[in-house]
Amino acid sequence: MGAKVNTAAAGTANFVDDRTSIGGFVKFFARKLFPDHWSFMLGEIALYAFIVLLLSGVFLTAFFVPSMETVEYEGAFETMHGVEMTKAFESTLHTSFEVPGGLLIRQIHHWSALLFLAAIMTHMCRVFFTGAFRKPRELNWLVGFTLMVLGLAAGFTGYSLPDDVLSGNGLRIIDGVVKSIPIIGSYTSYWLFGGEFPGTALIPRLFTAHILLVPGLILALIAVHLFLVFLHKHTQYPGGGKTDRNVVGLPLFPVYTAKAGGFFFVVFGVIALVAALFTINPVWNYGPYDPSPVSAGTQPDWYILFVDGALRLMPGWIFGIPMEWEIFGYTLSMNILTPALIMPGLFFGFIALYPWIEKWATGDRGEKHVLDRPRNVPVRTGIGVATITFYVILVLEGSNDIVANLFHLSLNDLTIFFQWAIFILPPIMFWVTRRICMGLQRKDRELVLHGHETGTIVRHENGEYIEVHSPLSEQEVWLRVQHEDIAPLEIAPEYNEHGVRRKGYRWDRFKQALSRFYYEDRISPVTKAEFDEAQHHHDHGHAEADIQAADAKDADKRLTEEWDKVEDEASK
Amino acid sequence: MLLVLVLLALITGVAAVAAPSATAADTASADDVAAGEALFAANCASCHGLDAQGQDGVAPSLVGVGAAAVDFQVGTGRMPMQASGPQAPAKPAQFDQDQINQLAAWVASLGAGPAIPTAEQVDPSLGDAANGMEVFRTNCAMCHGSIGGGGALTQGKFAPSLLETTPTHIYEAMLTGPQSMPVFNDANITPEHKRDVIAYLDAQSAGSPGGLSLGAIGPVSEGLWAWLVLLGLIIGATVWVGARSS
Repeated sequence: MGAKVNTAAAGTANFVDDRTSIGGFVKFFARKLFPDHWSFMLGEIALYAFIVLLLSGVFLTAFFVPSMETVEYEGAFETMHGVEMTKAFESTLHTSFEVPGGLLIRQIHHWSALLFLAAIMTHMCRVFFTGAFRKPRELNWLVGFTLMVLGLAAGFTGYSLPDDVLSGNGLRIIDGVVKSIPIIGSYTSYWLFGGEFPGTALIPRLFTAHILLVPGLILALIAVHLFLVFLHKHTQYPGGGKTDRNVVGLPLFPVYTAKAGGFFFVVFGVIALVAALFTINPVWNYGPYDPSPVSAGTQPDWYILFVDGALRLMPGWIFGIPMEWEIFGYTLSMNILTPALIMPGLFFGFIALYPWIEKWATGDRGEKHVLDRPRNVPVRTGIGVATITFYVILVLEGSNDIVANLFHLSLNDLTIFFQWAIFILPPIMFWVTRRICMGLQRKDRELVLHGHETGTIVRHENGEYIEVHSPLSEQEVWLRVQHEDIAPLEIAPEYNEHGVRRKGYRWDRFKQALSRFYYEDRISPVTKAEFDEAQHHHDHGHAEADIQAADAKDADKRLTEEWDKVEDEASK
Repeated sequence: MLLVLVLLALITGVAAVAAPSATAADTASADDVAAGEALFAANCASCHGLDAQGQDGVAPSLVGVGAAAVDFQVGTGRMPMQASGPQAPAKPAQFDQDQINQLAAWVASLGAGPAIPTAEQVDPSLGDAANGMEVFRTNCAMCHGSIGGGGALTQGKFAPSLLETTPTHIYEAMLTGPQSMPVFNDANITPEHKRDVIAYLDAQSAGSPGGLSLGAIGPVSEGLWAWLVLLGLIIGATVWVGARSS
């Protein structure tokens, strides 16, 4: 039986290989090495969430009717009987209550969407904090960034499709934001909605974007993203034997095919479990879209909360100056434009361009395949934590009514607090994080030079107390001394010996200033010379300390014996 | 007693409000009123005054608030207030229903006001939940949330969750507008529509068809859940898968 199957498999493989020469590729991919670490699987979560989205999405398209034609509801959900609604909303109710398994698939789809973006952002944080975006991976950082933005677009278009009150309110905000763009705003809004908001054209358009355009782009970019991962080879965490010229890990086949294949089912399983137990986006509670009601707890899905938060944060007047201006009879709403377009533009621009900003500071042109430990680049880590703080404040402000209600706080005070915190907290977090990183680096130096503390204290004959340290293993030392000691950039002077001004001096001076910001204060890793000297010093100290430790133990033993003797005699 | 009520109603022109009322006042005996007055003097008068005229900046006058207001405020434990704050929160009721009825009888005797609704007026099975949903969405959801999960108001005030509130208390709240809530009189929302709202809220007690509702407060709790539970569990799995057998 087994031999028969083997022959059949070999025959098929031969047949395919003879006609496609695929054997070479299989061999190449199967032997491709990947390093092992849990944090390398965060992107994989996003990929699998996307696959679950595709599978469940195909199911949903079979029942969703992307039409804004109105009908009177006569379906299975009783509290909605006789209510006028669009076919989009009706078909969502139909999918939820009449299609077998429909509600479960809808909830799987929506939970996966939330997970997809959460996983993308966590993956981005991992890449950022370990410096995996450095040469040659800057392009792939941009591809990943674009995937994140496309993910937001996919999420928002999907969230709006059921045409319920909640998502309709979100679209109303988008409409307002678009209209705040100077000159072209109102034209753009009319163009998007096919007339005055909400119109009857939007749902079919969102549907096309949501099921064709955006997922198509995502799929194509995922291919590019993964291709570049293969091309660049995977990064690895620092450790003995790992360099910028090798990859230490296990082969794709059979180890990672098994791990990754199994992991897909873990992700799918967890999503299905949560979707089976917890309601998400109960559109039957919100009701069909109607521009007049706005209920409490009206929020976008979490990944858009930061824009909502920025809008809630923005005051109408700043120190008495109105933020809505009228210029030649035209209104310019800075109170909408600033939080909803300028802020996200700058924020995303900074994230997209970050690899280049850091490159200007380091002036390094080499390829980096060994990751940074976050502590070894305190300024980058500080910037990352400050950025996360900024983002989290916006998300919390976007949820301000929920937060106020939950913790019995005043909504107004909370908003005022966040209005100050958005400027004050990120710099504080930057500073604190940077100090913590430098503290950890000092601790590393300490460990390398003096070894682990053992907790054994011995006393010299002259009365001096010393603690016995045990030396680090070679791997432990390597981990703590392998990183580069980057000094601030030195630039050529402004004028040459003939007194002629050098071109590009200003740009260089900017890069130097940036470089000083990154590397002026730094803790250098222990050098070979320092290490050798400490070893020498220690060997000496150790031998002595060990003898003394043994002596101390002996003395202790003697004392115990004598004590026992005294006790014995007393009991007699 | 009834005569006094009718006269007052005619004078103040609130006959419309008083008309379907007067169940508690009707049946209230002089003994009840007297007992209510004693309870009031012992538990309420320190703020509202012995004559229930109220004090500026401390407590409102209760003349004309009616038995419905008393039944709601005392029945949900909001009154007597435990501590001053942006608004009185609901807490376990301090008095039993007989005492509440006595208090209500006394306050109702001070001036005409809405009475405690009858069982038929608040019976969810007689209401139309679909119409109730539309009324609720137009009038209530902006503060109480789409199905009454509650929400924040300004300066620490809040619209409480209605998911545990009894039909009678919901009716009384609409009728009397407690705390920050506006009054929805019978011209604003008819008694039938009030009952429809009750039917809609009652329909929520069956739970969400999609599973646990995570507080029914919208996408924020869903997002929090996605990060903490969904991503949390899966990251736990990555650590497990990524761990080496050695």
